Amino acid sequence: MALLEVENLAVSYGLIQAIKGISFEVNEGEIVALIGANGAGKTTTMHALCNLIPKQAGKVTFDGKDVTGVAAHKLVPMGIAQVPEGRRIFQELTVAENLRLGSYTRKNKKEIEESLEKMYERFPILKERSKQIAGTLSGGEQQMLAMSRALMSHPKLLLLDEPSMGLSPLYVNTIFDMIKQVNSEETTVLLVEQNAKKALAIADRAYVLEIGKIAKSGKGAELLEDDSIRRAYLGG
Amino acid sequence: MNTLINGLCLGGIYALIALGYTMVYGIAKMLNFAHGDIIMVGAYTIFSTLALMGHPIPAVIVAVVVCTVLGLLTERVAYRPLRGASPLAVLITAIGVSYLLQSIAQLIYGSKSQSVSMGNLGSVTLFNNVSVSISSILTLGLCLIIMVALTLFVKKTKVGCAMLAVSEDRAAAQLMGINVNGIITLTFAIGSALAAFASTFYLMQIPSVTPTLGSMPGIKAFTAAVIGGIGSIPGAMIGGILLGVIEKFALSVPVLAPYTTAIEFGLLIVILLFRPTGLLGKKRREKV
Repeated sequence: MALLEVENLAVSYGLIQAIKGISFEVNEGEIVALIGANGAGKTTTMHALCNLIPKQAGKVTFDGKDVTGVAAHKLVPMGIAQVPEGRRIFQELTVAENLRLGSYTRKNKKEIEESLEKMYERFPILKERSKQIAGTLSGGEQQMLAMSRALMSHPKLLLLDEPSMGLSPLYVNTIFDMIKQVNSEETTVLLVEQNAKKALAIADRAYVLEIGKIAKSGKGAELLEDDSIRRAYLGG
Repeated sequence: MNTLINGLCLGGIYALIALGYTMVYGIAKMLNFAHGDIIMVGAYTIFSTLALMGHPIPAVIVAVVVCTVLGLLTERVAYRPLRGASPLAVLITAIGVSYLLQSIAQLIYGSKSQSVSMGNLGSVTLFNNVSVSISSILTLGLCLIIMVALTLFVKKTKVGCAMLAVSEDRAAAQLMGINVNGIITLTFAIGSALAAFASTFYLMQIPSVTPTLGSMPGIKAFTAAVIGGIGSIPGAMIGGILLGVIEKFALSVPVLAPYTTAIEFGLLIVILLFRPTGLLGKKRREKV
């Protein structure tokens, strides 16, 4: 049984149907990528999964439970954390406050401190800047913070929406290395990316989203070799 | 000297009310124009409880409870169903709630002003032979304590931090597992409790109550919140105190006294001309 199962998800903005009934699944321990061009519906899918926007139809099952209509804030203690597009860190709060908000739903103080230490160990720059206002960090540092903040809830499933957007190549590599590392520590990952090449390279499986529908799916490595995918998303 | 102390007192009252406006605006993104009338309800509650029990302390406690419950009730009944509706609809609803509260008060108590005696605490003589009433000192001291407590609550507690998070980015806050509705409810509760304290201090200065008592301090405190930068907690405190001091100083100069209100609202215009987001208002910077 898959950790996350999405059946016939549909989302509309007024009269425009942005997601036209898509189904996919993410198995425990996998990295699954959802790739596609601008406007394909990647972010809409992510928002609908967490009920930040209403679903028109469909069913979402997580960890054996029907979570179709569960409010966003209740999904966090169940084990779903999302790093939203554009990072959305709290710009006016300090780095440490951002991280602690990530563990908002956890109760055990000792475990929270342990998680915090782990985040600081992974990115020592966050420890150095822990008292600094998060808005003063560079884009790459903000992405590190956003991902660390999400991991502070100790999720089973991490949803990443365009983690490499707007970052320098150096930071893109750092972020993808982190995704692999987090995944090896038993966190399942659903990754939405425009950078198809990078995403397919680390993904176990991937789905290709085209104007609200799943056009293709398969193993990451296979899609990387697929001619039509190469032409459409990888630049020939 | 006396004018300064009176001004600080009045400023403290404005600041308490302004905090209600600014916190609700910051977190629920709405202007609660019924906030001034919560003060009026607090004042009538004190009036009635005082008549029943004869001692101001229980009257204040009852007023805090009544105002908090009223704040929660209006949020639940009038504003929550409109979450996601256009800001204009919410604004008009708030004005409606304001008139509703005033009319109910008028039905119960009539439109004539009723006098409320909080008891004369006398005055003390400070250095330079300046005599200051105890009630002024009490008002000033308690306002300061409440403001410090509120600042510590917001800065140092987990729930306070969650409030700041909701005010900055509601969706991201939800993704942290923060129950946004719960935080909004809490904000209304705190704002209304502060309004109850404001009505207590108001009655200590001006011992009479009418159904429209909340309007003027409400508007002045709203002005103070905008001067300080709406959405900013320290901004509301600074704006409130600034406005209170200016009002008392203007009233103490015979030539300026008739123009006091004009001076206050003029100050608002001048500040907005130079700093459109208020003294401590946020300048949004986006980093991509």
